[in-house]
Formats: sequence, C-alpha cells, structure tokens
Amino acid sequence: MGPAGDGQRQQIDGTVQEMEMTTKSKQRVWGLAWVATAILLALAGYAIFFVAPRELTMGNIQRIFYVHVATAWCGFIAFFISFFGCIGYLASRQMEWDWLAVATAEVGLMFTTVVLITGPVWAKPVWGVWWVWDARLTTAFILEMLYIAYLLLRKMVTEPGRRAMISAVFGIFAFLDVPLCYFSIRWWRTLHPAPVIGGGPGSGINPVMWHVFLFGLAGFLALTVILVRDRYRMEALRQKISELAADLEEREESLESKEVTR
Amino acid sequence: MSLTRSTGAVLAKELKIELRTHDLTNTVLFFVLMVAGLFSFAFSPTVQESRRILPGLIWLAFFFAGTLMLQLCFVREQVNDTLAALRLAPIDPSAILFGKILANFLFLVVTEIVFVPIFSVFYNVNVWPVMGQLLLVLFLGTFGLSVVGTVFSAMTAQARMRELLLPLLLLPVLAPVLIAGVEATSELLGAHPGIGREWLSMLGGFDVIYVTATWLLSGFLVEE
Repeated sequence: MGPAGDGQRQQIDGTVQEMEMTTKSKQRVWGLAWVATAILLALAGYAIFFVAPRELTMGNIQRIFYVHVATAWCGFIAFFISFFGCIGYLASRQMEWDWLAVATAEVGLMFTTVVLITGPVWAKPVWGVWWVWDARLTTAFILEMLYIAYLLLRKMVTEPGRRAMISAVFGIFAFLDVPLCYFSIRWWRTLHPAPVIGGGPGSGINPVMWHVFLFGLAGFLALTVILVRDRYRMEALRQKISELAADLEEREESLESKEVTR
Repeated sequence: MSLTRSTGAVLAKELKIELRTHDLTNTVLFFVLMVAGLFSFAFSPTVQESRRILPGLIWLAFFFAGTLMLQLCFVREQVNDTLAALRLAPIDPSAILFGKILANFLFLVVTEIVFVPIFSVFYNVNVWPVMGQLLLVLFLGTFGLSVVGTVFSAMTAQARMRELLLPLLLLPVLAPVLIAGVEATSELLGAHPGIGREWLSMLGGFDVIYVTATWLLSGFLVEE
C-alpha cells in the first residue's frame, strides 16, 4: 500500500473517531431531551384529561382538540421547514439541506397522519359524519398525498446528489400547491369550524383551556425537534456509510488490479 | 438565441417527430375514446345524471390521458441520448422545457377539440352553446397539466418505476386544477350557463405560478 492509501486510511480513522466522540457527548444531551419531552407529553396528557374543563356543548370529545390542533401546527411547521430545506439545497448544493428537508417531511407526514386520524374521531359525534370534503380536511388530505409522493420519489432515485435535487424541485412544487388547494376548496365548500385561536372577534377560548393547549403544543413541538434531529442524524450516518462503502470498494479494486499486474 | 426563438425551435422539433410517427396522438385519442365508453358502462347514466357527472368524466379522462402521454416526452430522448445534444445547444435550459410543454399542450388540445363533441354525443349533453367558454376552461386547465406534467416527466425520467411514479406525483399537485376545472365546467353545463370568475382566476393563477416556478428551476431540471 502506497503512502497515499495510508493517508486516506488515517483520514477515515480520524473521521470515525471524531464521530464516536461527538456522538457520546451529544447523545447524552439528546437522551436528556428525549426524557424531558416524554415527561412534558405525559404531563400534557394529564392536563388534557384532568385539568382542562369539560366543554359545554361537545363534552369530553372536545379534548381531542388539544392533540388535533397542536399536531396540525407541528406538521405544518415541519412542512414549512422542509420547503426551506428544498430551497436551501438548490441554492447551496449542500447535502445538509437535503437531510433537513427529508427529516422534516417525514416528521410532518407523521403529524399530518395523526391529524387525519384524530379529526374524524372528533367529527363523527359532533358533525355526525366521519369525513367531509371541506377546505381544511381536503387540504390536509392532499398535503398527506403530496408528501407521500415526495418520499416515494426519493425511494425511486438512488444517486444521492440527483435524488436531493429532484426531490428539492418536487418539494417546492408540492408546497406551492398548498395555498392553491386551500383556496380552491374554500370557494367550493367549507364546514370545518372557524379558527378559535386568533380567528377574529367572537373567537377565543377559556383561559384554562388555552394554557392546557399551550402546554400540549410545547410537548409536541419538543417532540418535533427531537424527531427531526434523530432523522437528520440518521441521514448523515447513511451518507457516511455509503462513503465508507464506496471507499472500500475502490481499495478492493485497486488491490485486485495490482494482483493482476503482478 | 432568444428564449422565444429557442423555445420555438424545440417545439418545432417535437412537432416534427410527432407528425412523422403519430405515436402520442394516436395512443391518446384511442385512450380517451375507450375511457368515454368505459365510463358509460360503469355508470350507465340517465340524461340528468350525465349532465351532473360529465364535467368530472371529461376532466378525469383528459388527466389520465395526459399522464400517459407526458411519461414519454423525456423517456424518448433517452434512446439515443438526444437530451445531451439539447443540453449542449447554446440555448436557455428553460427553452427545452417550454418547447416540450407547448408541444404537449398542443397534443392534448387537439385531443380535446376532437373529444368534447364525442363526449357530448355519447352522454346526450348539448355543449354547442357554450363550446367557446368550455374550450377556454379546458385549455387553461390543460396548460397547467402540461407545465407540471412536463417538469415531473423530466424529474422522473431516470427514476426507477417511473411509469408508476409520474401519476403519483402529478395527480395530487393537480388537485386544484381538477376542482376548479370541474366546477367551471359544471356551471357551464348547468341550467344557467356561466363561469364563476374565481374558477378562471384559479386556473389562470395555477398556470402563472407554475410557469414561473418552472422558469426559475429549469436550470436544475435539465442539467447532468
């Protein structure tokens, strides 16, 4: 093995060591973050069931609002960040942006799924039907379809650079669609309750309910952050593995060619 | 070369290929004819029902025909790697996309001009009094379909399972076009024909937004 090969090996050993060191100290911090989030969510669950007052007309089923609205906000925030990840990748060609885009898209998709499940559970007793095609419901449904398509597209393109670019373009096209969808269906029909928070005069909720909601929102936001971070890290590790594998292959090939020449 | 001239050159090339082979127009015409029949077997509608479901049928038929057709517009460049030659040409990359978008738009428009009367006959709905407005609505929607479809076709040309992938990407993005198009068509075929301005502005707005996005992002789509 020539000096160039040794240099390469040292460099790789260095990267591996560096990774191990940073993971150890960082993992402790993120482990604590996980525990804190779990406690926060458990407390929020307690508050939702035992602290928040019973809603007058809807009864206990209204308690689903705390989860439904909080996850909807988290999902939307995640998709919004994903949109910026896509723009960031196209502007800079740094893989980190692509990792951010995919991490937030996946987490956002999970939250949207929660929204799409909790919504009908609430709607059946209150509206009398599981589902209606109104503006918010349809937009949420199409949002779910768009990001499933985004993840499918990523699965079907293997080369990382190309995948990052194609999916960034798709991510931008998909996100531009969301307001169009929303307005097209709003003009079509709307049944979903008007926003109770910041929805203009006459809207607003009981202060205890508001605090419980904020508490739940904080829990879900914390969950969003750590899930995105874990997913991002997974993507980074995947990249390192494929780099190492490519390097290994290269070395094996050079060894083989040496044996042939000998 | 200016953007208009280079777009025109790409469009002329697409049209020349199509006029020589008739691959796309033949398949799409046959597909829409078959769908027109199949919908009738599936729903066997009465005259009143036809009036109600026809707008949806027309749009779905053209959407599915469009996704089938758009698949090929970049794949057929791969056989002799002619896309590489297009990329080497001293033109703006958006000209390649815009030329193909216009070509696809024209192919679909031809299909629509042929098939709106045929749908009208098959489903016993008189479309003659509103033909002009109906075609305007169809063209606005078809343009949106061509823009997004051509871009996605460029994106998926090198992906695995691309035949399956394109409709999955395209159809959710086209949801606003479908809603606005079907609503506008229903109003035109209803008892008091007219078009709501919001539907026209939705279709037009969709076209403007995605043409702009395509123009901005074309450099990324055509490279490599």
